[in-house]
Amino acid sequence: MSTDFFIPDPEGQVPTAEGYFGPFGGKFIPEALVAAVDEVAAEYEKAKGDPTFAAELNDLLVHYTGRPSPLTEVRRFAEHAGGARIFLKREDLNHTGSHKINNVLGQALLTKRMGKTRVIAETGAGQHGVATATACALFGLDCTIYMGEVDTERQALNVARMRMLGAEVIAVKSGSRTLKDAINEAFRDWVANVESTHYLFGTVAGPHPFPALVRDFHRVIGVEARRQVLERAGRLPDAICACVGGGSNAIGIFHAFLSDETVRLVGLEAAGHGVESGEHAATLTAGDPGILHGSRSYVLQDEDGQITEPYSISAGLDYPGIGPEHSYLKDIGRAEYYPVTDDEAMQALRLLSRTEGIIPAIESAHALAGALRVGRELGPEGLLLVNLSGRGDKDMDTAARYFGLYDTPQGDAK
Amino acid sequence: MSGNIQLLTKALATARAENRAALVGYLPAGFPTVADGIAAATAMVEGGCDIVEIGLPHSDPVLDGPVIQTADDIALRGGVKIVDVIRTVGEVHEATGAPVLCMTYWNPVDRHGAERFAEELAAAGGAGCILPDLPVEESAGWRAAAERHGLATVFVVAPSSRDERLAKITAAGSGFVYAASLMGVTGTRESVGAQAADLVSRTRACTDLPVCVGLGVSNAEQAAEVAGFADGVIVGSAFVKRMLDAPDTPSGIAAARELAAELATGVRKR
Repeated sequence: MSTDFFIPDPEGQVPTAEGYFGPFGGKFIPEALVAAVDEVAAEYEKAKGDPTFAAELNDLLVHYTGRPSPLTEVRRFAEHAGGARIFLKREDLNHTGSHKINNVLGQALLTKRMGKTRVIAETGAGQHGVATATACALFGLDCTIYMGEVDTERQALNVARMRMLGAEVIAVKSGSRTLKDAINEAFRDWVANVESTHYLFGTVAGPHPFPALVRDFHRVIGVEARRQVLERAGRLPDAICACVGGGSNAIGIFHAFLSDETVRLVGLEAAGHGVESGEHAATLTAGDPGILHGSRSYVLQDEDGQITEPYSISAGLDYPGIGPEHSYLKDIGRAEYYPVTDDEAMQALRLLSRTEGIIPAIESAHALAGALRVGRELGPEGLLLVNLSGRGDKDMDTAARYFGLYDTPQGDAK
Repeated sequence: MSGNIQLLTKALATARAENRAALVGYLPAGFPTVADGIAAATAMVEGGCDIVEIGLPHSDPVLDGPVIQTADDIALRGGVKIVDVIRTVGEVHEATGAPVLCMTYWNPVDRHGAERFAEELAAAGGAGCILPDLPVEESAGWRAAAERHGLATVFVVAPSSRDERLAKITAAGSGFVYAASLMGVTGTRESVGAQAADLVSRTRACTDLPVCVGLGVSNAEQAAEVAGFADGVIVGSAFVKRMLDAPDTPSGIAAARELAAELATGVRKR
């Protein structure tokens, strides 16, 4: 296959040299990390211009990941969405079960190029952790994954997968014991071990160059989907729905459509028990600009700039920040972001399972819930593209408890 | 009212004139409570600290190890606010006459407003600010506010900082330069990295500002070692740890005072 899977921002929006998308982004990091972050940026610039890098990555994306991922039309599900046509971009069918592998393989190649021997990563739902552990097994790199203790409990299957792959999984017990705290701990590790270690950041947040670099590795999602939907439906979709935690799968599918002005870009964030309840992770709906994990973006914070603890049933969306490019897309009005509650997401998860035989991740179920809403707005003439960013195997325990699918009651003291 | 950058410069010059290193002690505000934190920092000066850094406890202290994380948690659960941090700076300065800086992650200042924060810190008698996650490239707005209000902006340099960055950072900073002794987060260490002496000498090649060394120093012996090549010795986690380990607050404050006295002996043995 030709080298059209890895296409770094050929005409799309590029951040400034300082890493800014409008007022968002930048590089708010301690001095001890400046050299390492600059090294990542420099190596990535070199790699972008190196045909060997693109060829190696493309080979992996085809023969290891299984790209291109299919586009599946979901007719029975669409009956519940006002009759609009709905296509799912099946990132759940990638090796390791989510979109995360796209970025991980790219950064694993960069790690080798930089001569580093150890990789650390944060993970929420465990999908980025599993993908990272997978790439480290493939490339023979030492791997340590930081995961909030709350998440190691609710995503126990992924913890076992990571350990099976040879990674060390460290349960983080500080703060809210979720994704935010896993990132804090990974940064602490990186500061101390930066000589040997690459921080394989898993989303389009963090200090420059990560928001642009991670996005570039995920652009393939939208590039493929745009071509596929044109082939199958003969036109561009009216709207694209994707879930946003940090925002990597969403930016991946949005980016190839940025200049298609008729295509609405709709991000769905986790509203937990409802935005008004205060227990949510709806950063773009309820947050304000601030600094978290190395860049300026919307964050959930109090009046003193303390980050507030987020909540979502979905470990992958349970994050009080968001990638800076999403903040920019929101402010310039190019993308829209709406909250989806736990209950709406779980209903959508069950609906897709029972109408199409596809069990989505709880994260991706937020996008499906959004699609049900947007589809009803669009009516029967509507055409919708949904990024099905991950599969739901990891969430079966949570779902079984939520819907009462176990024969005998399961204790909560797991 | 203008901030006390001059008092800071004077304290460092006095130590130099006495042929010793200055002792800089750190404590987060609101730990264990606002009032007891003020008492503890005051005791640290009475014990022998020349300069005090008051930490602004943060929800996400990515540069701090478990000891300071624990203290920050206690302070935040106790409801400490920015106004309490400023008050702590003011009261410790007033009680001791020592220069008092604030050490804080950038987001609370950004959220509060750099100009407003600088104004309030200066009005309380603060001497300056250390902002460990604000790189020099993003610091112009803060530095302008700090300068208007007579506050020092102390930048951190690290063993990984290349010489050209050291030149850029030290040219932008004021008061002193904070040299991180090793690559890592705050916390006590068995030994102070050999990288520290090298970093100090590379930093001195760029600037006439005093260079103080922090991270890892916990006892008089280490303080003496660092005092052999630096203008100041910064100790944080060791104070917090003594207080966390104490059976009650009065003995915690006494332990902080004792540690300051031990370290003060150390910085005089260069």
